[in-house]
Amino acid sequence: MTELLDNGGGSAAARRFMAGREAWHWAEALPWVVAVAAFFVFPDYLALGTQILIAIIFALSLDLILGYAGIITLGHAAYFGAGAYGTGMLSAHLGWGEPISAMLFGGFVGGVLGFVSGWVLLRYHGLTLLMLTLATAIMLKEGANAAEEWTGGFDGLVGISIWPLLGSFEYDLWGKTYYCFALVVLLLCFLAARRIVHSAFGRSLVGIKGNVGRMHGVGTPVHGRLVAVYTLSAAMAGLAGGLFAESNAYVTLDVLSFARSGTVLIMLVLGGTGRLYGAFVGAAVYMILEDELAKLSPEFWEFGIGLLLVIVVLFFRRGLLGSLDDLRARSMGGGA
Amino acid sequence: MTAALQTIALGKHFGALHVTRQVNLSLAAGARHALIGPNGAGKTTLINLITGALSPDEGQVLLGGRDVTALPQARRVKQGLARTYQINQLFSDLSVLENVAISIAERVGAAGNFWRRASANSHVIDEAVELLARLKLDAYALTPVRELPYGRQRLVEIAITLGQKPTVLLLDEPAAGVPSAESHIILDAIAALPEQIAVLIIEHDMDIVFRFAKFITVLASGGIIAQGTPEQIAGDAHVRAVYLGQGGDV
Repeated sequence: MTELLDNGGGSAAARRFMAGREAWHWAEALPWVVAVAAFFVFPDYLALGTQILIAIIFALSLDLILGYAGIITLGHAAYFGAGAYGTGMLSAHLGWGEPISAMLFGGFVGGVLGFVSGWVLLRYHGLTLLMLTLATAIMLKEGANAAEEWTGGFDGLVGISIWPLLGSFEYDLWGKTYYCFALVVLLLCFLAARRIVHSAFGRSLVGIKGNVGRMHGVGTPVHGRLVAVYTLSAAMAGLAGGLFAESNAYVTLDVLSFARSGTVLIMLVLGGTGRLYGAFVGAAVYMILEDELAKLSPEFWEFGIGLLLVIVVLFFRRGLLGSLDDLRARSMGGGA
Repeated sequence: MTAALQTIALGKHFGALHVTRQVNLSLAAGARHALIGPNGAGKTTLINLITGALSPDEGQVLLGGRDVTALPQARRVKQGLARTYQINQLFSDLSVLENVAISIAERVGAAGNFWRRASANSHVIDEAVELLARLKLDAYALTPVRELPYGRQRLVEIAITLGQKPTVLLLDEPAAGVPSAESHIILDAIAALPEQIAVLIIEHDMDIVFRFAKFITVLASGGIIAQGTPEQIAGDAHVRAVYLGQGGDV
């Protein structure tokens, strides 16, 4: 490991080491294999599957800011909701229902809102930031409620009509089209997120999270860096919201709710923060459990979710994936 | 010639406590300047005022003749002012190589790019490797910082700041906490600093101070009580009384 000897060899070893940090691991194929297999094995569950994929994109966007930059938020639904309304209103009011561009518009709306709000919010940290993110989402929700003419207010936005995907794939009752669409969007979002966290920019975020004082000390424009990643994250949340609006053809104030901000946080903590795949595991486990528990007991399913969260944060601090890592490290250590 | 670093009548209060009073310092390029003083003399506060971690109530800080008093810390760094910390401020889960690469990437402007792979910045990696070799840290390049012996961790502190290619370097007790068996590592590194850098060192270890410094400023109760060459300071009766104590045979 410490074979950095003469100059040429040293650089080569260092580059190999840096490249190793972002090398693909075979296990990274697993979630995609599962997602494709699910399409064929559970044809009756594709509507749920689509919502899981959307939740993963949303949780992934949160991981960018929470897991990598250490920004704690209770208002991430603001950007999801902004994207959902953006896409929905484009169709309901302007009659534009082309799914890909409408979804991108949702991402754009989320991103713009993220940039503007982030510019202000990210001057603060800790509890102040937490409260401000919460307040931002609440204000946005009340704003959407008041702008009834545009958003449909409490009754929800109706009249969303989405055209066939790529001009030929109709929306179907079983959700095949949107499952595939969401899976492709998730893959692209994931590739982008992976690229971002393995860039020098991503490393500087980890530095800010780990030791912000030192980052000031090496000349990092910390605020600008945080606003940049917040904007990227908000745009991704907006894409998820846009997909949500299209797959449901209906948007209610619920997309901006505190519950949604809290749920996405729970999903990410459940799966594990700062590892990208935590979003996959957390969102899938949460939503499948929610579905199963709701069948078991329509009134008390949240109790089961709460219990699981308590167990995870008490005994598996680093989330399901983090604990898996620890377990593997321990077993390897024991075997050596 | 303009001074690389100059403070003019710098002052700071914490409530009723006057922690920095009328401090005038001047370092030319290539200076080897030590700042000494008893505990509570205000040395670290002065460093924080110079770097911009604190803003002064009175006075100015000039870098290369330019007034930077109103600039935030990160902007002063960009103008060539780097510091190490008395207590290690490292990214302890990352390798030594990455610690230094973060700093270099920031200096060359690569850290703003979120699309380019970090491993593709070969000029950053090469420079990091070269810097680590110069500090004899190359054998530890791929080791996580937290696994390093303390003396080497102190060296990583210095390596991160050198990644900024500073014109002025502030060393805040570089040998603090380093066992004496390892302290030669720090001494060697300080002796090997690029000549043109103006260095201001705060240190309690008088061995280091007198081996390193060409000029010494003595601080007590926030104000300068003496300035001069090591010989002058060692012979100054006032300094001996206030700081070195009666038994101080330096």
